[in-house]
Amino acid sequence: MKLVIKGGRVIDPQSQLDAIMDVFVAAGKIVGVGTVPVGFHANREINAKDLVVCPGLVDLSARLREPGFEYKATLESEMEAAVAGGITSLACSPDTDPPLDEPGLVEMLKHRAKGLNQAHVYPIGALTQGLKGERLTEMAELRDAGCVAFGQSDMPFTNARVMMHAMQYASTFGFGVWLRPQDASLANGGVAHDGEVATRLGLPAISVCAETVALSNIILMAKETGATVHLCRISSAEGVAMVRAARQQGLPVTCDVAANHMHLSEMDIGFFDSNCHLVPPLRGLSDRNALRAGLLDGTIDAVCSDHTPVDEDAKLLPFGEAEAGATGLELLLPLTLKWAAEMRIPLVAALAKVTMEPARILGIDAGHLSPGAAADLCIFDPDQYWKVEAAALKSQGKNTPFLGMELQGKVKYTLVNGNIVNQG
Amino acid sequence: MQLPDVEQLLANLARKIQPDIAANTALVGIYTGGVWLAKRLHRDLEITLPLGTLDVSFYRDDFGQIGLHPQVKPSDIPFEVEGSHIILVDDVLYTGRTIRAAINELFDYGRPASIRLATLIDRGGRELPVTAQYVGAELALSLDKMLALEKDIDGRLSLSLYNKNTP
Amino acid sequence: MTMSNNPQLNRNGELQHLLTTEGLPASILLNILDTAESFIGVTERDVKKVPLLRGKSIFNLFFEPSTRTRTTFEIAAKRLSADVVNLNIAASSQSKGETLLDTVNNLSAMHADMFVVRHSQSGAAHLIARHVQPEIHVINAGDGRHAHPTQALLDMFTIRHYKLDFHKLRVAIVGDILHSRVARSQIHALTTLGVPEVRVIAPKTLLPAKVGRLGVHVYHQMEQGLKDVDVLLMLRLQNERMLSARLPSAEEYFKYYGLTQEKLALAKHDAIVLHPGPMNRGVEIDSAVADGKQSVILPQVTFGIAVRMAVMSILAGN
Repeated sequence: MKLVIKGGRVIDPQSQLDAIMDVFVAAGKIVGVGTVPVGFHANREINAKDLVVCPGLVDLSARLREPGFEYKATLESEMEAAVAGGITSLACSPDTDPPLDEPGLVEMLKHRAKGLNQAHVYPIGALTQGLKGERLTEMAELRDAGCVAFGQSDMPFTNARVMMHAMQYASTFGFGVWLRPQDASLANGGVAHDGEVATRLGLPAISVCAETVALSNIILMAKETGATVHLCRISSAEGVAMVRAARQQGLPVTCDVAANHMHLSEMDIGFFDSNCHLVPPLRGLSDRNALRAGLLDGTIDAVCSDHTPVDEDAKLLPFGEAEAGATGLELLLPLTLKWAAEMRIPLVAALAKVTMEPARILGIDAGHLSPGAAADLCIFDPDQYWKVEAAALKSQGKNTPFLGMELQGKVKYTLVNGNIVNQG
Repeated sequence: MQLPDVEQLLANLARKIQPDIAANTALVGIYTGGVWLAKRLHRDLEITLPLGTLDVSFYRDDFGQIGLHPQVKPSDIPFEVEGSHIILVDDVLYTGRTIRAAINELFDYGRPASIRLATLIDRGGRELPVTAQYVGAELALSLDKMLALEKDIDGRLSLSLYNKNTP
Repeated sequence: MTMSNNPQLNRNGELQHLLTTEGLPASILLNILDTAESFIGVTERDVKKVPLLRGKSIFNLFFEPSTRTRTTFEIAAKRLSADVVNLNIAASSQSKGETLLDTVNNLSAMHADMFVVRHSQSGAAHLIARHVQPEIHVINAGDGRHAHPTQALLDMFTIRHYKLDFHKLRVAIVGDILHSRVARSQIHALTTLGVPEVRVIAPKTLLPAKVGRLGVHVYHQMEQGLKDVDVLLMLRLQNERMLSARLPSAEEYFKYYGLTQEKLALAKHDAIVLHPGPMNRGVEIDSAVADGKQSVILPQVTFGIAVRMAVMSILAGN
């Protein structure tokens, strides 16, 4: 099929492009940006007047809930949610049931995802068997099956020696190690940030130390082992400062933040709203502001959705007992736009955080609009408001702190390999 | 409408009650107007047994409609109710429901030998079979009017008439 | 994320549920105390009942076992002539996997007028209040570490009974503030009622983060904290604190934070001592003090019934 996307505001962070022009797609690839390729005759046209045309979004963390948690969500529903959110490449978390610690499971997942012909799925493999933090997985085999990096999801290492060996082994092959900085014993039993809100509401608290102590371990071990480390879901001002200092010392560590944490703080828990029960917890306003500043100055490289669909029953419980997490694939774009608008950041810089930067961290050729690249595109109306409600979300997870609110930024078309996989 | 003078009515009432006063007669005033009157009568009639005061909020029949009255005062019956001869004192006798509540409450303290009722004004309009044995004056009033006893800063009592539903 | 209006008040600003002392205006707290005053008279006569709540059904939903609190609520309800149903959910439906809200919905279908709820998780009472039918009132009898409003109210009643004017007092709360729903509710009530100086006295391991923001002065030593205090609110220490490595032993705790005659002498000579019970004698309080003339621990229990009668009456009438 030969497709022309006409008259849209084309934004490509990688080439710093932000201009009204046409984009030409053929045989699943971008064949022209601005200039018509010789002999090109479109047989399909998308009118992109007043719309933004950008690279399809790249999401560093989505829980697709398969295998094992099909009662919460299925691959079908969540992949539909991803493209509805303009996401064309995503990395999925290893904490499925069973965890992604066997090549066979990874192959099956990739096969299933490919068959749906929607976003490209990049599994993050488990660093240790069963995510137990005891024995290493066959990382090389898992890489051959399709894993792009390795992590422990929310299951922290309790044995520092094993963590160090895991990093050394991964480093041997040049594999990325993705770690959430949260010390298990310091976070023990906590469900909210150790601040004024947890004190008022009597919620067991997680000190910032749980993040900074773990960060300290990870950073020191990264230096020692030479592993390529990606830090997942930074949540505190002190954490951001530590990453900044490590980078200044030349450590090649990357870091992401969840979209919810860019906007919300402990205050949003209100009267025990379990939709605000997240991991890591929503911290204080000064932490949130430090995260926003950190993303702006590049200390934090990317924003991700941290998509975690939770069934209604698991949220209709007292705050501490409610399952943590928020649905996020369909909110990644509007929340990034919201941050950009509030901080007065040009779209070309803001969209980099959800396109070329996460692609770089994943090590994939995606998130840019160069001729010859796969035609993975997101076409959205930056001005259109839509209400976040159950009926509007394709994900089976309706659990978001933004439920009932109106957000700006509506995806109109999503293309993967030149095919229109979503029309909003 | 010309309202009667409270002092005159009180004197009237005291005169009517006087012959029936005995050493074991007890006076119980119903909050708030009834208590003011009972205090005066208790003094003027030289009653020996200590004065009782009753707040009927917990015995009213309209709790379901209007809820708990915002200022409930403690009831205080400092004499033995069992076997006593009580004169209940209220300011305005109207539907009779307040008296019904007061009698029920008194019976939760014990079994009196007799209860009689003294009221400053009987305005008719009874909804229950209640009668006052001692009445200061009778006054016929329309349904839209409310009659209340008031006390000014200097302690002087007076009657005041206002429209129902006036805040 | 919706910041709704105060979930305890109905559209007219009247009390619909009693979930926490936080966020309630002084007028509502004082109304409860004044109403309780009238019920004291009732508890002192022979017929300790009034017919106020006759025909109403009050369900005690205790997800966390407690004989004392449940009994006082039961007595209070019966003195109002209400019908009482006691449910110890800890044992039955929870273990069958029935969710909290399923349990509540099933009971609502049995025409309950009021739920008295105790649960081990903070926020449980708020969750229930959010999901019951509009006619049903919820009283929080203790949720996790968050709140125990009726206990705080009876403590306020006790303080007012002996000390009359909140505006002239120095009050100290001693013990495990971190884990205490009683302490949190007391702090909110005291500050709302205008107590000019509220102190908390505890080792650092038993104090929550930023506790000063609640409007209290923080002390780590009894010697400084108790000086010139008018009211001492003692908290119970649980054995778990030693197991979770927050304290070494009950003995050392008693030496530095337990209330003895000696330490009590640092306070004003007419200071009163309260305790929500049950007491750990020799851990947070010495027997000589618990049974001494400055202790008002037994009157607290009587006042507790009147205060709960007041809360139930006010709610049922709104």
